[in-house]
This record gives sequence, structure tokens and C-alpha cells, in this order.
Amino acid sequence: MISLQNIQKVYRTNTIETLALNSINLNIKKGEFLSIMGPSGCGKSTLLNIMGLLDAPSKGDIKIDDQKLDHFTDKQLAQFRNKKLGFIFQSYHLINDLKVLDNVSLPLLYRNSSEKERKQSASEALGKVGLSNRVNHFPTQLSGGQKQRVAIARAIVGKPEIILADEPTGNLDSVMGNEVMDILLQLNKTEGTTIVMVTHDEHMAKKTHRLMRLFDGSQVQ
Amino acid sequence: MLKNYFKIAIAVLRRRKFFTAISLFGISFTLTILMVLTAFIDKVVGDDYPDKKRDRSLYITRLEEVGPTNMSSAGPSFYFLNHYAGSLKIPVKLGISSGYNGTNTYVNNKKIAVNYKYTNADYWDILEYDFTEGKAFNKQEVENAEKLAVISTDMKKAYFGDESTVVGKYIEADNVKYRVCGVVKNVPLTSYLTYSDIYLPYTVSKTDYNDKAYRGGYTGILLANSKSDLSKIHDEYEQVIHKVPMESKDFDHIYSHADPYITSYLDTGNEKQSGVVIALTAIGLFAFLLMLLPTINLVNINITRIMERSSEIGVRKAFGASSKTLVYQFIIENLILTLLGGLIGVLFSIIILKIINSENLIANLELSLNFTVLLIGLVICLVFGFLSGVYPAWRMSKLNVVTALKAQ
Repeated sequence: MISLQNIQKVYRTNTIETLALNSINLNIKKGEFLSIMGPSGCGKSTLLNIMGLLDAPSKGDIKIDDQKLDHFTDKQLAQFRNKKLGFIFQSYHLINDLKVLDNVSLPLLYRNSSEKERKQSASEALGKVGLSNRVNHFPTQLSGGQKQRVAIARAIVGKPEIILADEPTGNLDSVMGNEVMDILLQLNKTEGTTIVMVTHDEHMAKKTHRLMRLFDGSQVQ
Repeated sequence: MLKNYFKIAIAVLRRRKFFTAISLFGISFTLTILMVLTAFIDKVVGDDYPDKKRDRSLYITRLEEVGPTNMSSAGPSFYFLNHYAGSLKIPVKLGISSGYNGTNTYVNNKKIAVNYKYTNADYWDILEYDFTEGKAFNKQEVENAEKLAVISTDMKKAYFGDESTVVGKYIEADNVKYRVCGVVKNVPLTSYLTYSDIYLPYTVSKTDYNDKAYRGGYTGILLANSKSDLSKIHDEYEQVIHKVPMESKDFDHIYSHADPYITSYLDTGNEKQSGVVIALTAIGLFAFLLMLLPTINLVNINITRIMERSSEIGVRKAFGASSKTLVYQFIIENLILTLLGGLIGVLFSIIILKIINSENLIANLELSLNFTVLLIGLVICLVFGFLSGVYPAWRMSKLNVVTALKAQ
């Protein structure tokens, strides 16, 4: 499903060059739940951003669904992300000016779907994360756990094949963290969604199919 | 999609009320000034009372004599117009009138400032003044130098008070008594070619209208049979002027043209400077400078807002918005803001125009916010919104997703 070959990421400033990722080779199968662990600054999020086509590698090839994507235009990449990928962020990144339902239906705005279809799909996605009763709330009226569940609903509303989650439980207490994790596990199991999750939590990582460890930008396991 | 943009635009406006208030004030204030200005221009250029045959008339407002060392420019004299413009074959009529002159008259020991103008009889045939009572003086009465006067409704009220009819009554101006033969609807001061409080036959003028001097402060209106004759009349007049003998040895050229209304209205009195070009440049420059400051202000505020919204931009990009879509969204949001400002601007304009009209700041000028002005206002709003939205939107679309998401 996702294939990374010899991925390297270098950040350059006028005076310094930082190697954020060094020769990463990784194959993720369809339906797999992979977790990535490592100390802060080891390149976990950079790797996830590269997989999510939010950032380009300095070297190496990335293929999703056997498609090479390095020649894609901005518009093509946007469309590809919209159809294939869903994102969950540690700090939720909900739009506070929009109601929960509008936040969730956001990915569908960039498809040719009607308002009715968008509303229906968003309501279904919110049902899956147990937030059907919060449709008309604004994000600021929700708890951290609820916000993250809204973010999950937003990630799954377009029925993407891949979900990339960057420390989805990082800002939550253990009870809420477990709730969010259960939703992701359930999604992987029932829908067969491929999930890549960056986490600091060993306990969460052990619940996934495979664990990859990074240290100073290199793969150690 | 549009509904969503509208929702977010309103939410963003409500979030930072102070900035929104500043932006809206800037936009609406600028638009108010521009709309009052366009209302004024629209009135001056567009209002054809009493000059309803303007589209088949040509105007002679200037005569310029140029020599190696001297230059003199003024309205032509009655003699010049009558003799030379009157010799043209193509025009069907030649209306002649002087510029308006000021004097004082007294009613019950109260001083009233009065403007008066001399005209010939054809002037009244070419121009379609609305007579509320009576009629204009005719050719015979002019030739007889009868002391007759056509007065404006404001003059009637100022001089005669609430009397219902004043035809046949006498009005004194410049120490001469004239018999009122007609009362006409007021002409605004801005239509200076046709404006006056009192209109008198040129034959009662205290200055000698037969004086053969070329310059004398009169205006000629040449009426064509049809629009197609206008260029012919223009050329015929040019040919006549070409043959006019020099008035004095000081000069070697005479310039005078029969031009359409706008060209004559904006005449600078100088052959080498086009009034139309100067007016258009001045208006353009004024509008540009006026719009520049709030545009820069809006660009600045918009850029600040983009930084505040970097998380939203990152999320939208991550979930499938292309840079182009985001530019589109931001411009639409900005247009909503400017249209809102425009709406407030229209309200301000209506209030200001009401004040200008009720205070009678410019004599007889009744300004109104008509459809043309609203349309111009709308175009100004759109240009404004587009200009102030494009650069920030472009900056926003170039924002890297990862950087945008980290910024929160």
C-alpha cells in the first residue's frame, strides 16, 4: 500500500544542514496498523508528513498504491490526498469557527458532493465515533477527547484507505486516550483501513500490528 | 461551497471585531467618498436638464487668440458668434447666451444676491426649460429690446415670496426693472452654461453687444438637424474660423471650436490642454489614492489574519484543498467583507447626499444615489475586494502545510 525507498530528508539553513531522515525503507501492507516510536526530534512526524504527501523527501521514492507521486502537480496531490488519505493530529486542528458537522464534512467540500450528501456522510462519521449528539456544537465547547473524536470523524468521512495519525492520544489522559485508540483499532479491523500512527506511548504501540522505531532519523528496528 | 465560505467569512469577521470594524470603516468611508463623487459627476455629466438636445448640439465656449508673445482666451463675443457662427449653413439654430453675472437686488430692504444672463430668442428654442408659468421672450421682443425677464423658481420665491403667479410683475436687477414673462424650473449651478436666476434679452445688455471685439464671454449652442450633422458642423465652423481675419497685429492665430458638451464643459481655456484628459487624470488619480490607503490597510490586516488562520490553511490543504481553491476561498471571503463595507458605504452615502441636498451646498443641485451610481459602487467594491485579497491569498496559498500546522 505504502512503499518508501531510501527516503532522506535534509533541512538546510544558511549555516547548518540537519539530516532529519536517513535512508528509510519501509513497506506497509493494505490493512496494516503500524506504529512509529522514537524520542522527540527523531524524525517520526517528518516521516509521517512525507507519507502523507504534506512534505517532499530530499531523496528517495514514495509510492502509494503502486503510484509514483513525485511528478504530481499541486492540484493532483491535493486530489490524491483528498481521496486516499485521512489525517489525525495531536492538537486536533479543528476549525473553531465552524460547527462540528461542518468540520467533519470539510474533506467532502473538495469533492463533487452535494450539501445533503456531505451532511449525511458527516453525520454517519460522527455516529461512528459516538458524537451524534454534538453535531451543532463548536469545537471550543468540547473536551479534548471529544475534539479528537471529531478529528477522527473528519479523517474517516471521505472513506480514505489510509489514515495517518500523529500522536492522536498525546494530549489526552489515559481513559480518553484508550477510547480514541479503540476507535482506531475498530476502524482498522472492521473497515480494513491502513493506519500509520506516531506515538510516544509504548502501551498504545503494542496494540498495533507492527512497531517501527526511529533514532536520530534512522530506522533502528 | 459558497455557503461554507460565507459561514467562515462571517465567523472570521466576528472573531476579531476591532479589526473588522477598522476594515469596514476604511472600506465604507472610501466608498462613501467615491460614491458621493460619482453621484456628483453623474449629475453634472448625466443630467441634461434643460439641455435635452445635447446629443445633437455643439458648443462654442472659447475663443483663443495667440501671437508670438501674447495669448488671450475668453468666451467669444455676441458679435463674433452672431457674425461667424451665425454664418454656418448646416446648423438649424444658433442659441447665444452670456455667462452669468452677479449683482444685488433689494426686497423690503433685504439684499438678495442675483445672477443674470443674456440670451437670444433661439436659445429658448434649443434648450427645453420647464416653464411653471409664462413663456420665454420671442425674437420680436428681443429685437425691440423689451425689458423682459425669465426667472427661476428660486428667484421667484426669494423675490416675490409665496405669490402664486408673478408673470407681468416687475423684478429689479442692476437698478433696472424688468417685467417677468416666464418662470422656469431651477438649473443647478454645476450646469454653468445654462444656469442663472434671471434671463434677459441680450439687447437690454448695458454693454454694447454690437462691439466688434472677438472676445466677450458669450457661449454659442449650435443645433444640428440630426446627430450625423455634428461632425459636418464641427468642420464647417473650423473652416470659418480659419478664414476669420486677425483682430490685431499682436496675434497670428485664432482658435475656437464647436465641440460636444463634455469637451466644452471641461474646457481649460487653453488650446494645448485638454480639459477632458485633465479631468479624467485628476479623477483617476484621486480615486486611486483614495483607494490605495484602505487597500494597503486591508492587505495588512488580511496578512495578519492569514497567520492567525495558518492551522486552518494547513488542515484544508491536508484534506484536499489545492492552492488555487484556497486563493479562490480567500478572495471570496474578502469580497464578502468589501461588499458588506459597500453596503454600509451606500447607507453613509445616502445620509451624506441627503445632508448636501438639504443644506443646498451647491445651488439647485439635487444629488441622488441612482442606479448608475450603485452600479459604479458595486464595481468599486469588487475591484477593491479583489485588489486587497489577491496578494494575501497568494501568500496564503504558498504557505507550506507542515509549517502552517506547526504554527498553532
